[in-house]
Amino acid sequence: MTDTTRSQPPVRRFPRREVLLFAALLVAVLGVYAVMGVAYSTRMLVEAACYAILALGLTIQWGYAGQFNAGVMGFVALGGFSAMFFSVPVNDAFWDSELPGELGLALLYLLGAALVVYGATKLDRLGVPKRLRTVIAVALAVVLYLMVISVLRGVTDEIESRAGFIGGLGLPAWTGWIVGGMLAGGIGYFIGHICLGLRSDYLAIATLGIAEIIKAFLKNSDWLTRGTATVSPLPWPTPGAGDLGFVVSRSLYLSVTAVMIAAIFFLLHRAYHAPWGRMIRAIRDNEVSAAAMGKDINRRRLEIFVLGCILMGIGGAALTSFNGIFDPQGFLPLNHTFLVLVMVILGGPGNNLGTIFGAVAVYLIWIMSEPLALLLMHLAVSFGEGVFGWEAPSHLESRALQARVFVIGLLITLVLRFAPKGMLPEKVKHHG
Amino acid sequence: MPLLEAREVHCGYGAMNILHGVDMAIEADEIGVIVGPNGAGKSTMLKAVFGLLTVSQGEIRLRGEPIHNLAPNRLVQKGMGFIPQEHNVFPSLTVQENLEMGAYLKPENVKRMLTQVYELFPPLQDKRHQPAGELSGGQRQMVAMGRALMAEPSLLLLDEPTAGLSPLYMNEIFERVKTINAAGVGILMVEQNAKQALAIADKGFVLAAGQNRFTDTGAALLADPEVARSFLGG
Amino acid sequence: MNELVFFINNVVVAGSVTGSIYAIGAVGVTLVFSIMRFAHFAHADMMTFGASMVLLLTLAFPGAGSAVGLPTAVVMLPLAIVLTAALAVGIDHAFYKPLRAHGVKPIVMVIASLGVALMLQGVIRLFAGTGGRNLYIAERKEIYRIDLPFETVTRPVVVTEPQVILFVLTIAAVVGLHLFLSRSRLGKAMRAMSDNPDLAQASGINTHTIVAVTWVIAGGLAAIAGTLLSLDVTFKPDLSFFLLLPIFAAAIVGGVGHPFGAIAGGFVVGFAETLAVFNWTVLLRPLQQHFPEWLELPRSLAFVGTEYKIVVPFFILVAILVWRPTGLFKGKVIT
Repeated sequence: MTDTTRSQPPVRRFPRREVLLFAALLVAVLGVYAVMGVAYSTRMLVEAACYAILALGLTIQWGYAGQFNAGVMGFVALGGFSAMFFSVPVNDAFWDSELPGELGLALLYLLGAALVVYGATKLDRLGVPKRLRTVIAVALAVVLYLMVISVLRGVTDEIESRAGFIGGLGLPAWTGWIVGGMLAGGIGYFIGHICLGLRSDYLAIATLGIAEIIKAFLKNSDWLTRGTATVSPLPWPTPGAGDLGFVVSRSLYLSVTAVMIAAIFFLLHRAYHAPWGRMIRAIRDNEVSAAAMGKDINRRRLEIFVLGCILMGIGGAALTSFNGIFDPQGFLPLNHTFLVLVMVILGGPGNNLGTIFGAVAVYLIWIMSEPLALLLMHLAVSFGEGVFGWEAPSHLESRALQARVFVIGLLITLVLRFAPKGMLPEKVKHHG
Repeated sequence: MPLLEAREVHCGYGAMNILHGVDMAIEADEIGVIVGPNGAGKSTMLKAVFGLLTVSQGEIRLRGEPIHNLAPNRLVQKGMGFIPQEHNVFPSLTVQENLEMGAYLKPENVKRMLTQVYELFPPLQDKRHQPAGELSGGQRQMVAMGRALMAEPSLLLLDEPTAGLSPLYMNEIFERVKTINAAGVGILMVEQNAKQALAIADKGFVLAAGQNRFTDTGAALLADPEVARSFLGG
Repeated sequence: MNELVFFINNVVVAGSVTGSIYAIGAVGVTLVFSIMRFAHFAHADMMTFGASMVLLLTLAFPGAGSAVGLPTAVVMLPLAIVLTAALAVGIDHAFYKPLRAHGVKPIVMVIASLGVALMLQGVIRLFAGTGGRNLYIAERKEIYRIDLPFETVTRPVVVTEPQVILFVLTIAAVVGLHLFLSRSRLGKAMRAMSDNPDLAQASGINTHTIVAVTWVIAGGLAAIAGTLLSLDVTFKPDLSFFLLLPIFAAAIVGGVGHPFGAIAGGFVVGFAETLAVFNWTVLLRPLQQHFPEWLELPRSLAFVGTEYKIVVPFFILVAILVWRPTGLFKGKVIT
């Protein structure tokens, strides 16, 4: 980064590429409206908008800072859980019993046990030899953990059999969205704190792992989420379809998400061109010299990572609320991680506008590819039967959908190879 | 026909050119030494000869055959050996395995050459089953030289072989270079210790800002008052 | 003493089985890492691919095994190894090599390997279906019951035929790998390249050959691990989801780039998993009479439920990254 380019304002050029791409996208969207109907298409747009929020979260991690988060799904699931927990009506069967007290007690035990173990790790300050301290701390942790977990299991089993699940808080959906973002940010802080100082691969592995764990937890904690039984309906922050009909209510929801995207976009734009953003890019482009200039690299990286996770949490919450159902099994790594990844690398990592373009375009292709894939498959089968006398394999539908998995994977590798900067490359002058 | 001949070599990293037309020639039994201030392009020249950097203009010939922009492993086949300045051993391999890697393209050489290398560097024989990463700096340099000799090169390129070594080891290394050369191996080396290096050099090349400044025999360069004033610290 | 047999069956045998699978998988990951310097996310899918090849071959020639007295799937394994190794080399050629030639950052290679993982999943499901399949098609799974020579033991130790084959193959793979890396010229060159790729090239080692050999070994081992896991339980196209994290954890525990560390790491992770889901009440119950009265044993005293198994490798991973990022056996390439 030399000073000559920064001191003079860049020449404004007509953004022909952007206009062309977005015009093409508009045509495609209108095409979907014409073929599939207004209600269907608006639903698709709302979902695309939620994905755009997720993609913005990933683009700042990957595009701004070169961090690869392979567990977008986990953060989406956290946001979705939070949206569900805050917005679903209060479950009186749970709150009217003595169960809340027991659950609270179990959680208190958990807190107490954590404190005791934490205290044990500090025993060396009292003159206990370090090795002995470690042994004591580990032994205490194991025993206390087993005790607390069996108490907790008792309470949760009780909740499941008597009240189903603990229910929600009956608050407006947006409170859940905010808390969802905070939850995701908190987990992001934990992971980032551990991994950001190490090789970039480790972050990918750890995020992949935490996503699987979040999903396993939400799927199996029936007392909290009803597990595979799913929770529905989830209230919207806007009037639902019952009051206004599908088209108007979905349009309202769409405008809410559009406002959110605009706000995020504006804030990111400001931050990107502020000293903070310059520093982030300096770190990404040349870590060594940025460190030599006395920048606290790991702190900045952690900020970026947590910010990205927060956006994913919020996006996931908005998406789950819109779907109206909380189904822990519905959080698929494929949709929620790799699709978002494709959106980002196709749109142009680090370019917010490109990311939004990528989100809408890829989601459109993704949604439309299902009927297309089936159609192609049926054509292929009838061709095969007619010409070679093949017998159609079983589970044709589910197999046809695997073609989409293949295409997503192929797309990722092809874009990385042939257009690593995406359709709308980040506009940064690179030197040297 | 010279063993190595370079004409008007332009070369650099990416778009940035560092060498702006360097000429060089050494005969089969000569020691050539490249000296010059920091950033003059000494190591760049060596890397260009060994095919680690792309030569954009000019040509490099080995016994008359053009070799610029051949891959390093081809150059090894053609009898060239290269000892980088840093990271010049395989730290987790034993000394003997390091040496064996030197003869990777000539497995039939291993037995005979191992004996020769151990004769040249006796300390290595005792440590032959130790990982090279555990050796001292000077011993590592011996392993590095031994590894390059295993392929029986006709031309050996050394990038600052004495950097960071104590004076004792430094003399030892210069002695070994002379011994290797006496066995008929052409040497081209980059050195910071210009006086000592030129003292053993048949040919000296003083580079500055990516170009030849002086080219003569080592003794003549040492005697030249201008070279002494500008490049040898008085 | 039946409790002890229960422990042997559920921890010693089960842990060795899981550990062997993880170990063979982690060796591949660690080799790829040490030569190409990136975490290969498609490795678990290569394992599944190997198993799916065995499934397809077994479906095609269901009677082949009875001729030699082994399960057909095991007879088909060598062919599947060759196919998977070829696939690995082909994938490298088509997807990773161009990126390497561009000199991209390792993390871009990681993303590319994710893309490859998805493609493999698509292909596997397209050809092998989406449901679970038993690899024993025309035969029955042999089960060996070994009675222990104690009066009080009435239950036998149970080992199945695929488990025995797995142990034999694991030992063979480890010994073979050791001999290859320490004795053969190619194996030493591989270690040399892992140590210092530039110097390896300067020594005349053809790095393309080494990369190809690495893929052949990684692919072949992946086919072995995937097939034997599928033989032991069933073949499922989404096996990779349950394999990837433990394998990475094992490779990192062992110190990345350290093949024998990866083997030890595989067993550490495998046993940690089985110990964590083991119900300790079974072992403690005979001691119940010595406990004070207020201490009543709960019905189930496992660290985590089987549904949370995935938590175990993750916590091992986190613990290692926090306390000892170079792994238990000092990996060499970590930053």
